[in-house]
Amino acid sequence: MTISARFRHRFGSFELDVDFTAPGRGVTALVGPSGCGKTTLLRAIAGLDHLDGGYLRVGDDIWQDQQTFVPVHQRAVGYVFQDANLFSHLSVRGNLEYGWKRTPAFRRTVAFADAVKLLGLDELVERGVDGLSGGEKQRVALARTLLCGPRLLLLDEPLASLDAGSKHEILPFLASIPRELELPVLYVSHDADEVARLADHLACFEDGRIAAIGGVSEMLTRLDLPLSRGPDAEALIVADVVGYDPVDRISEVRFSGGILLVTGACPEMGSRVRLRIKARDVSLTLEPPTGSSILNVVPAIVREIASGSDARDLVRLDCDGTPLLALVSRRSVRGLGLGVDSRIHAQVKSVAVLS
Amino acid sequence: MSPHSDWEAVRLSVSLALLTTLILLAVGTPLAWWLSRTRTRIRPAIEALVAMPLVLPPTVLGFYLLIGLGPNSPLGQLVAALGGPPLTFSFTGLVIGSVLYSLPFVVHPLQDAFRAVGREALEAAAVLGASPRDRFISVVLPLARPGFLTASVLGFAHTIGEFGVVLMIGGNIPGETRVLSIALYDHVETLSYGRAHWLAGGMMLMSFLLLVIVYGRQRGWRGGRP
Repeated sequence: MTISARFRHRFGSFELDVDFTAPGRGVTALVGPSGCGKTTLLRAIAGLDHLDGGYLRVGDDIWQDQQTFVPVHQRAVGYVFQDANLFSHLSVRGNLEYGWKRTPAFRRTVAFADAVKLLGLDELVERGVDGLSGGEKQRVALARTLLCGPRLLLLDEPLASLDAGSKHEILPFLASIPRELELPVLYVSHDADEVARLADHLACFEDGRIAAIGGVSEMLTRLDLPLSRGPDAEALIVADVVGYDPVDRISEVRFSGGILLVTGACPEMGSRVRLRIKARDVSLTLEPPTGSSILNVVPAIVREIASGSDARDLVRLDCDGTPLLALVSRRSVRGLGLGVDSRIHAQVKSVAVLS
Repeated sequence: MSPHSDWEAVRLSVSLALLTTLILLAVGTPLAWWLSRTRTRIRPAIEALVAMPLVLPPTVLGFYLLIGLGPNSPLGQLVAALGGPPLTFSFTGLVIGSVLYSLPFVVHPLQDAFRAVGREALEAAAVLGASPRDRFISVVLPLARPGFLTASVLGFAHTIGEFGVVLMIGGNIPGETRVLSIALYDHVETLSYGRAHWLAGGMMLMSFLLLVIVYGRQRGWRGGRP
C-alpha cells in the first residue's frame, strides 16, 4: 500500500505544488520552514480543505480526483491537531467514544481498552477534560483518533504547543503507534529531535514544493538538502544492542558499518536503537589511531565533500551502507588528500542513544 | 374592566411570547448559523435587516406591517382566499409582528454562541467521522447551550414587553390582541394606578428574575464544569 498525492493550488502569493508517493508503512516526516505548505498539504489530504484539481489515493481507494471528493467524515483518516481540540462539553470517555461510536465495527482497528492502555489513559477515562495537562490532552486526542480505525494517521505538530516535559511523556507513545498498529503516519514537525526519534522517511519541503523524499538516514545526510546545512548536521544510525559491560557501564551496538560502544545504561539486549551522531563529533584519520581516548573508530569511504561555512567542509561517508557526516576543516581535507572514494577511518567522539 | 381581564391579558401575553420564542428558535437557529459561517458579500445587508428592529421605532415597523398584512394587501388577500385568519387585528397578526420585532434578540445571541464554538471543534468532529448534520447536533448545539438560553429568555421577555407594534397591528381586542402592555396603558389612561402597579411591578420582577437566570448561568458555564 502506498499514498499518492498530487496537489497544485495557489493561495494569494503562495503556491502549493506537490506530487509525491509516500510509503504505506512507517512514519514519513514532513519537514521544512514555517509557511512552506506542510499543514496545507495535511489538511488537503484529510479533506478538511478541498483543493481543486487535486489527486489523492490511499492504498486502492481514491479519495480525490477530477470526479471524486470523499468528504472528510467519510475518509478513514486520523488527524491530530497542534492543540488537542478536545470537546469541552464531553468527558475524557465521551471524547474517546465520539469517533469510536461513529466507526462501523468492521472498520475498527483497535479495541477500546487497548487504545486506553496504549496511551496510558486508565486513570483519566472518567475525568472531565478541563483539568487535564497539555500532554494528557494530546494523549486523549491521539487515542480518540486511533479509535476510529484510521488507515492513515496525520499528525500536525502534535507536540509543538507542549513543554519539554510533556513532549518526552508523549514521544514513546508516538513511537509505539506505527509499530503496534502498522499504521502509516504523515508527521509535520519543526523539531529535529522528534524527526530523528520517530521518522522512517523524510519529505523535505521548500516553498510549497517537496524538494526531496526518501529514507530518513539518507535524507539527513544528503549534502544538497538544507537539513545538512548548519552546525547541527547529524546522521541517524539504526543499530542492535549486542552486548553490555556492567563494570564499565558500556553497551555494544552493531550497525552495518561495525560495532559502536555507547556509554551509560542501554536498552535491553537485542533491542533496536536509534543513534544520533553529530557531524561536528566525527573526525577523520587515514590510519586507525592508537593511544586515543576515543572509543569508536569505524572504517568508511568518502562519498562526497561539500564546502560548508567558515573554512569547514562537510564530508559524507559511507560505513558499509550507513551514511555518516563529518565536519572537518578545509585544511584537513587538503592535508589528508581526501577525495571521493578515499578510504579513511571515522573517529566518533560522541553517540547519542535516542530510543 | 374587571381584574379578570387583566389575567386574560397576562395569559395572552405569555402565550404570544411562548409561541413567538418557539418560532424564533426554529427560524433563528438556521439563520444565525448561516450568518456565523457565511462569507457571502450580502451578509452585512442581511445582518442589518435582522438588526433593524433594534433601531426602528416600533410604530414604524407596525405601520408597514399594517400596510403589508392588511386585508387589502396582496398577502392579506391571499391568506383570506386560502381560508386563513385575518392578519391584522388578530392574534395571528400579533405573532407575525412579534417574530419580526424580536428577531435580533434571538439571532444575535445565537450567532455569537455559534461563532464561539469555533472551527477547531467542528474539524475535530469531522475527522472523527461526524457528518455536517451530526456535527451540528453533537458539537454545536451542546457548546452553544448558553446562547440558546440567552436567546430564549431575551426573545420571550422582549415579546412580553412589546407595545408599539402590538398597538399598530393588533389594536385592543380583549382576549385576542389586548396584551399586558396594552392593558397597562389602558389603566394609566383611566388613572387606575393601583392595577397599573400590579401589572408594571409584575413585569419588572419577571424581567429582573429572567435576566438573573441568564447572567447566572453564563457565569456558571464560563467557570467550567466539574
